[in-house]
Amino acid sequence: MSPREEAPADRPVNDFSLKVATVNGTGSASANSLILQAIFRMGVPVSGKNLFPSNIQGLPTWYEIRVSGSGHTCRADEVDLFVAMNPATYPQDIAELRSGGWVIHDSSWPLRSDVQRSDVNFLGIPLAQMCVDRFPSARARILMKNIGYVGVLAALLDIDVEVIETLLDENFARKKALLESNFEAFRMGFDYAQEHWACPLPIRLRRMEANGDAILIDGNTAAALGCLYAGATVAAWYPITPSTSLVDAFTGFCRAHRKDPDTGRSRVCILQAEDELAAAGMVVGAGWTGARAFTATSGPGISLMSEFIGLAYYAEIPGVFFDVQRTGPSTGMPTRTQQGDLVSAVYASHGDTRHIVLFPGDPRECFEFAVRSFDLAERFQTPVFVLSDLDIGMNDWVIPPLQWDDDFRPDRGKVLGAEDLERIERFSRYLDTDGDGVPYRTLPGVHPKGAYFTRGSGHDAHGRYTEDAGPYTEVVDRIDRKIRLAAAVLPEPETRPNPNARYGVITLGGCRAAVLEALDRLSGLGIDAGYLRVRGFPFHESVARFVEDYERTFVIEQNRDGQLRTLLINEAGVAAEKLVSVLRYGGMPLAAGQVVEGILEHVGVEAPRSPQVGNPRRVSA
Amino acid sequence: MTYIAKPRVQHPGLERNAAGLTRRDYEGAMSTLCAGCGHDSVTAAIVETFFELGIPPQQVAKLSGIGCSGKTPTYFLGQSHGFNGVHGRMPAVATGAGAANRDLTLIGISGDGDSLSIGLGQLCHAMRRNVDMLYVIENNGVYGLTKGQFSASADVGSKSKKGEPNRQPPIDPVYLALTLGATFVARSFSGDKAQLVPILKAGLAHKGFALVDIVSPCVTFNDHEASTKSYRYTREQNRPIVEADFVPITAEITTSYEVGSARNVVMHDGSVVRFRKVTEDYDPSNRDAVYSYLRERQAEGELATGLLFIEADAGDMHDVLGTVDAPLTSIPFEDLCPGSATLEEIQARFR
Repeated sequence: MSPREEAPADRPVNDFSLKVATVNGTGSASANSLILQAIFRMGVPVSGKNLFPSNIQGLPTWYEIRVSGSGHTCRADEVDLFVAMNPATYPQDIAELRSGGWVIHDSSWPLRSDVQRSDVNFLGIPLAQMCVDRFPSARARILMKNIGYVGVLAALLDIDVEVIETLLDENFARKKALLESNFEAFRMGFDYAQEHWACPLPIRLRRMEANGDAILIDGNTAAALGCLYAGATVAAWYPITPSTSLVDAFTGFCRAHRKDPDTGRSRVCILQAEDELAAAGMVVGAGWTGARAFTATSGPGISLMSEFIGLAYYAEIPGVFFDVQRTGPSTGMPTRTQQGDLVSAVYASHGDTRHIVLFPGDPRECFEFAVRSFDLAERFQTPVFVLSDLDIGMNDWVIPPLQWDDDFRPDRGKVLGAEDLERIERFSRYLDTDGDGVPYRTLPGVHPKGAYFTRGSGHDAHGRYTEDAGPYTEVVDRIDRKIRLAAAVLPEPETRPNPNARYGVITLGGCRAAVLEALDRLSGLGIDAGYLRVRGFPFHESVARFVEDYERTFVIEQNRDGQLRTLLINEAGVAAEKLVSVLRYGGMPLAAGQVVEGILEHVGVEAPRSPQVGNPRRVSA
Repeated sequence: MTYIAKPRVQHPGLERNAAGLTRRDYEGAMSTLCAGCGHDSVTAAIVETFFELGIPPQQVAKLSGIGCSGKTPTYFLGQSHGFNGVHGRMPAVATGAGAANRDLTLIGISGDGDSLSIGLGQLCHAMRRNVDMLYVIENNGVYGLTKGQFSASADVGSKSKKGEPNRQPPIDPVYLALTLGATFVARSFSGDKAQLVPILKAGLAHKGFALVDIVSPCVTFNDHEASTKSYRYTREQNRPIVEADFVPITAEITTSYEVGSARNVVMHDGSVVRFRKVTEDYDPSNRDAVYSYLRERQAEGELATGLLFIEADAGDMHDVLGTVDAPLTSIPFEDLCPGSATLEEIQARFR
C-alpha cells in the first residue's frame, strides 16, 4: 500500500500532529524531545505535550507533538500520525487516529486482529528485531528502538537529518560510544522508511524562520530561573508531581550561579522538608528573618500548608508559594493537568483570608511572575501564590527569549534598619503609619528597639496580644484593605477588546493558546468575541468593565465548578447571569476545538463537521 | 497579665554583664501562667542564662508553638524578636530563620503536647538536620490549656486529676533524641535552677540542635498524689548522674574538681563544658552506653538528669548544606542575581 495514494492531499506542510505511544521507563522521553527540538530548530512553531502515568516503569505513556506553521501551539484536536510502540494500547491509540492518518507500528510481531482499521495507513517496521540484530546489550536493544522511530519520522516527515545529527552530537558530546549507536539506530529507521515507503508523506515539514530567537522551555524551569534572578535565598519543599522539577531546576541553577567565587560555598539554602507543613513553616521563618523564600508544591501541598499560610497572612510575613496545579480533588490524577486550585489558593486557610495570586499563561510569564511575586510578597508583607499547572510547568513551550534588565533592584518593602529605629520614639509593628494599609516591619538581629512578638493569635496595631473587638478589627480590616489595594499593581489583564462583538471571553493561565485559536476559528464562522485573560487576583478594575461591554461573557477554565466564574461574581461584582461557563477538566491540556464546541453549545449555531473546528471523536477533555 | 507592664525603672546599683545590661534587660512581660507553674522557673533560668552569658538581646530570636509553653517566650527577653507560630510547627519556623540568618541565636520553647504529639515529626527532623538552636521542652505530661487531658509523655499508670490512669506508653524525648542521632541531649527539672542554668548555657554554645527536656510540673492539672510529673514525685525520683559546669571562652578554667572525676568537652566556639561525674564510668560521649544506662536507672524507678549526651563536633545544618559563613540575609542582591549576560548564556541551552 502506498500511503501517498491513500492520503488526503489537502493538508499544507507544517500543519499536523503526531502522537507517540510507548511504555514508560524505556527511554522514549529523550527520543521524543529530540523530535521536538529538531522541528524547533527548523524554525517551525511546535509544541510537545507529555501524557505520562504516575509510575516509574511499565505503564503506558504518550507524547503529542503539534506542528503549526501559523503558530497555534495548543494541544491538537486530532492525531494525523501515530507511532504505536506499545501493543497494550494499540486499540485505543489506533481508534484515536483521524481517518486517512498513518500508524507506524513494530512489525516484529503480527498486528493484533482487533486493531485493524480500513481507513488508516499501517506502516510496519520490525524495529525490535532490527535492534536485536544490531545491538548486543539488552538495554541498548530497548533504548535504540526509540531512536529507530526518530529515523523513521525523519524520513516520513522530512525532518532535517543534519539538525538531528547536530542534536545527537550535542547530547552525547561526553559519551562517544552512545553517539555511535544512536547514529546507527537513527540511520536504521531512516533507511528502512526510505526503502519501503514513499517518503515524505503529505504531512511534512519545511524549514521556516518563524522561531527567531525564541527558546523552547518548560514553565517550571522558567519559574526556577525567575527565583534565581529575584534573589531568592531559601527554598523549602517536599517532592510532589508536577512541581518537583521547579526545585530541581532551581537547585541546578544555584549549583552553577550561586557559589561564592572564593570559597565555592553556597549562597542559598535549599531544604527538602519532611512534609509540606514544614516546608511552609520554613518559608515563613525565612521570610520573617528577611530572606526571599519560596516553596513549590501542588494542590495536596497547598491543603497541608494552609495553616501556615493563614499565619503568614495574619502576622504579615512575606513568602512565595508556587502551586503547579494537577487534577484534584484528593490525590486525583497526579500527572494530569487542571486549574482546580483557584478558590483554595485565593481563600487559603481558615478565617477571613484573601491572598494575592498570579496566573502565568506560559513559561515566559512563569519567569516574569516569579520575579514579581517576590517584590509583591515583600511590598505587601504577605504570602503570594503563583498558580501554574502541569501543562505549563512540565511541557515544553516555544516562547520569546527571557529578558533581564540589569538595572532591576528588588522592592524589599517597608523594613526599618538600625538607624531608622534609633531615630524613632517607639516601633509599632502593625500601625498604618502611611495610610496605605502596609505597616513597617523589622528583622531579628538588627536592633533591640525593633523587637516585637510575632503571633497568629489576636493582636493590636502595636503587636500586643488582644482579645478585644476594637483592636482586633482594626488590624484585620487594614489587612483586607492592603490586599485589595494590591490589585492596582498586579499584572494587568491581557485584552483583545472587540467593540462590535456581542460576546466576551474571559480565561486564564495556559488556556490562552487554545482560546485565541478558537476565537480565530469562530470569527471564520461569523461569531466575534472580545478576549480577556486575567493575570492576577485581586482582579484589576478593568475586568468588571470588560464584562459590561458584552451581552454575555464565556468564562473558559479547566475545572468542574467554574471557580474563576465564582471569583468573578464574588470578587469583581459581576452579575452572575452575564457569565456562562465553558469547562473542560478531564486532565488534558485544552484544545481549540473544545473551546469552539463549548461556545457553540451556547450561541446556537450548529457546529460544522469539519475537523478544523471541532473533533467529534475526542470526547475526553 | 501580659498587658500589665513591668516597671522599667532600674536601680543604678543593679549588676551589669559583659554587654552592660542588667537582668531586667533580659526579662519580658508578666507571666499569665498559674501561680507555681514550673514553666515560670524555666523562664527565670533562661533569663539568668542569657544575662550571665552577656548575649545582646537583638541577636536572639525566641520561638514557640502553642500551649502553655508557647506563651512563655513573652515572659523573657523582651528586647528580642519573638515568634509564636502554629501548634507543633515551631521547629520548621526556626529552621527557616536559621537558614536565612545563621548569626541569630535561636531558642525554641515547646511542650510535651507541642513536641511529642502534634509536632513529633518536626522535632525529629529538626534533630536530624541538626539545626543550630537550643530547644527546650517544658514537659508536664498534660494538656493544661484544654483542662487536663493526658499528653504523649504521660507515664503508664500515672493518674489524671480525676483519678483515671493513663494506659498508653509514653514517648520519652530523651530516648527519641538518642536514637535519632541528636548531638546534645539533656534532662533537667524546673525546680533545680543550679543544674538547669549550666545546661542551658552549654546548649546555647553547642553548634547544632541542643535538646533540653525539662520536667516542669503543672500545678493545676498534674501535681497530685498519683502523678509521675508532680513536684514531689520528680524530686524523689530525680537522680543527677552528671553535673555539668559551663565555662565561657573568656573565663579562666579553674581546677576546683579533683583530677580524674572531671572531663572537659570543648565546644565549637571555644567554651568548655565540664562534666563532673556523680556516677563512676558514665561516658556522655558514648551514645549506646548512655542509652543503656538511662534504661537501667529507669528500671530502678529513677529519673536520670543532667547533660546526658554530647557530640560537640558534628556538623550542623549549614555544614551539611555547605552554606557560606555570612548570613544569607546579608548578601547583596548584586551577588545573588547573575545578570543579563548570564541569562543569555543560560538560554542558549534552550535553543
